[in-house]
Amino acid sequence: MTQIGTTPVGTGPAILVEGLTKSFGDVHALRGIDLSVPRGTVLGVLGPNGAGKTTAVRILTTLLRPDGGHALVEGRDVVREAAAVRRSIGLSGQSAAIQEELTGRENLEIIGRLYHLSWPQARSRAAELLEQFDVVDAADRSAKNYSGGMQRRLDLAASLVGRPQVLFLDEPTTGLDPRSRLGMWDIIRSLVAGGTTLLLTTQYLDEADELADEIVVIDHGLVIAAGTAEELKGRVGGDVLEFTVPDRSRLSDAAMAIAMVGEGEPHVDKETGVINVGVGGRGSEALIEAVRGLDGASVETRGLALRRPSLDDVFLALTGHAAEEEDQPDGRRRGRRKAKKDDAKAAS
Amino acid sequence: MTAVTAPAPADAPRDAPSLLDQGRWAVSDTLTITRRNLLVWMRVPAYIVFTVIQPVMFVLMFRYVFGGAIRVNVPGGYVNFLMPGIIGQTAAFATFGTAIALAQELKKGVIDRLRSMPMARSAVLAGRLVADTARMLVTILIVVGVGYAVGFRFENGAVPAVLMVVLATVFGLAICLIAAFTGLAIGDEESVQAFGLIWLFPITFLSSAFVPIQSMPGWLQAFANNQPVTYVINTMRALALGGPIEANLLKSAAWLLGIFIVFAPLAVRAYKRAG
Repeated sequence: MTQIGTTPVGTGPAILVEGLTKSFGDVHALRGIDLSVPRGTVLGVLGPNGAGKTTAVRILTTLLRPDGGHALVEGRDVVREAAAVRRSIGLSGQSAAIQEELTGRENLEIIGRLYHLSWPQARSRAAELLEQFDVVDAADRSAKNYSGGMQRRLDLAASLVGRPQVLFLDEPTTGLDPRSRLGMWDIIRSLVAGGTTLLLTTQYLDEADELADEIVVIDHGLVIAAGTAEELKGRVGGDVLEFTVPDRSRLSDAAMAIAMVGEGEPHVDKETGVINVGVGGRGSEALIEAVRGLDGASVETRGLALRRPSLDDVFLALTGHAAEEEDQPDGRRRGRRKAKKDDAKAAS
Repeated sequence: MTAVTAPAPADAPRDAPSLLDQGRWAVSDTLTITRRNLLVWMRVPAYIVFTVIQPVMFVLMFRYVFGGAIRVNVPGGYVNFLMPGIIGQTAAFATFGTAIALAQELKKGVIDRLRSMPMARSAVLAGRLVADTARMLVTILIVVGVGYAVGFRFENGAVPAVLMVVLATVFGLAICLIAAFTGLAIGDEESVQAFGLIWLFPITFLSSAFVPIQSMPGWLQAFANNQPVTYVINTMRALALGGPIEANLLKSAAWLLGIFIVFAPLAVRAYKRAG
C-alpha cells in the first residue's frame, strides 16, 4: 500500500480537501476550500446555485482537475491516483444519467459489466438493486417512461453498483416532487446506516438539516461556515419572529412597525409577503411589542409566531442573502437571491 | 420500500488491476459500450429512419426524379454513376448519429458517470466508433440492395465490389471521428445537428457524388475537383465500375490518414475534458 503524505490508505478521513481552488476564466468557482469527512458520516455541502458545490464534487470524483490545493478520497489523491479513487467512489449527479432507451435492468447490468463484474454477477447485482430501490415492477420497461422520482432512484442505484465506499450525491432531490423527495431521503438514510460515507450537496436547507451529520456552507467558492445543524442554528442566536402580510402594499409599513423589535433589520420577502426578524433571547417580550406595533400601524397579519431558527435564517445571517429559491419541490419559496447566471454556468 | 443493505464486501475488483487485466478490460468495456449503443439504436425508430429510410429515399429520388436530366458517361448509365456517390454520402451522413448521441450523453451526465467509473478510458469512444461502424455497414448493405433493385450493377467483379464497401466504411469512420470530436466539443444536440448540416451537406453535394463535376460552373469545379469526398467517391466508382484508380486512391488514402491523425487525438482530448 502506498502512503500519501501523512495519510496512510485505510485510516484517516474518507474525504480530505485542503485549499482547493478552481477558476473558469474570470470566474473563481472555488477559492480555497477545506473539508474533512470522517468515514461513515454524511457531510452536507450547502449553498446557492453557483456557489461552487458542483465544481467541488466534479474535482473529488476525478472529472475535473483542480488549479490548486489537493484532495484525497479514501487516502488517494484525486489527480495523481485518479484510477484508484474511481474504484472506491459512486457518483449521482444533478440529472438522471441513465440511458432512457434501455430498461432499468439493462442500465444496471451494463454498469455492472463496466465495473468488471461477470454477467451472472452483474445480473444479480442489478436484480438486487432494482428490488432495493423499488423499481422491480418497471424493471423491464424503457426508462424513458419512468417518473422523475423513479429515474432518480435508478440513477442512484447505478451509482451503487460498484458498492462504493464513498458516495457523492449532487443535489439528489432537485426537481423532485415532495413525495419522491421524502422517498429519496429514506433511501439515503438507509445507505448511511449501512456505513457508506456520503457527501451530499443541496440548496435545500431542510435537506441538509435532515440528512447531514456535519454541514459546510459554501458561498462564492468559499466555506463560510461549518458545524452541525444545531451549531449553525446557534449562530443566529435565539428565536425568530415571523409573520405574513397578506396585503403586499403594506409590507414596508409592517417592516417599519417592527423595526425596533428585533436585533437587526427585518428580512422582507416581497414575493411571499413573509417578514422575519431575529429577536435574540427576548422572545415573548418582542412578541408583545410586535403585536402592539403592528396594531398601531393597523397592518393586518397572518400567522404571527416565534419559532426556533431554521437553516434559512442561518444562511441569511451568514451571507446577508437568502439561500437559493427557485421553485422548491414542495412549492414553497424560501427567500431569494439574484441568480448569478455566469457563476452557475461555470460551476455546473 | 425495502431497507437498503449495508455495502457488503465488494464483489467489484478494488485493487489496482494488472496490465493484463487492463488490456482485457479495454476490450470487454469497448464491447459492453458497443452492445449498449446498438441496443439503443434498435430501440429508437427515428434512428432507423435516419440511417436506413433516408438513404433509400435519396436513391429513389435521384434514380427516378433527377436522374433523367443528368448526362453521364459510364457503363450502365446514371444509376451506376449514382450508387457509389449515394453510398459515400450515406456513410458520411450516418455520423450525424455519432455526434448527436455523444452530445446527448454529455448533456445528460452519462459521460460524467462513465468517466467517474474504473472502466477503460478508451472504451466510450472506441465502443461508439465500433457500434457506429457496424450500423454504417448495415446501412451501406441495405442501400446496395436497393440499388440492385433499381438497376445498379457492380461491373468490375466481386473483390473490387467488396473493397468499395470497405472504402466507404473507412471513409465513414473518418467522418465519425470528426463527428465524435464536434459532438463532445459542442455538447449540445441541436447545435451539433446544425453544425453537421453546415459542413456535411456542402462537402457531399459539391463533389462528384451526384453529378459529373464538368457540369458545374468553373469556380465550383475548382473546389469539387480537389476535395476529399470527390477523391473517395471517384475511387469507389472505379472499384465498382472499373477504370483508372491509382491517383484517386492515393489522394483518398492521404486524406483519410490525415483525418485520423488529426481528429483521433482531438476526439480523445475532448472526451477527457468533457463537461
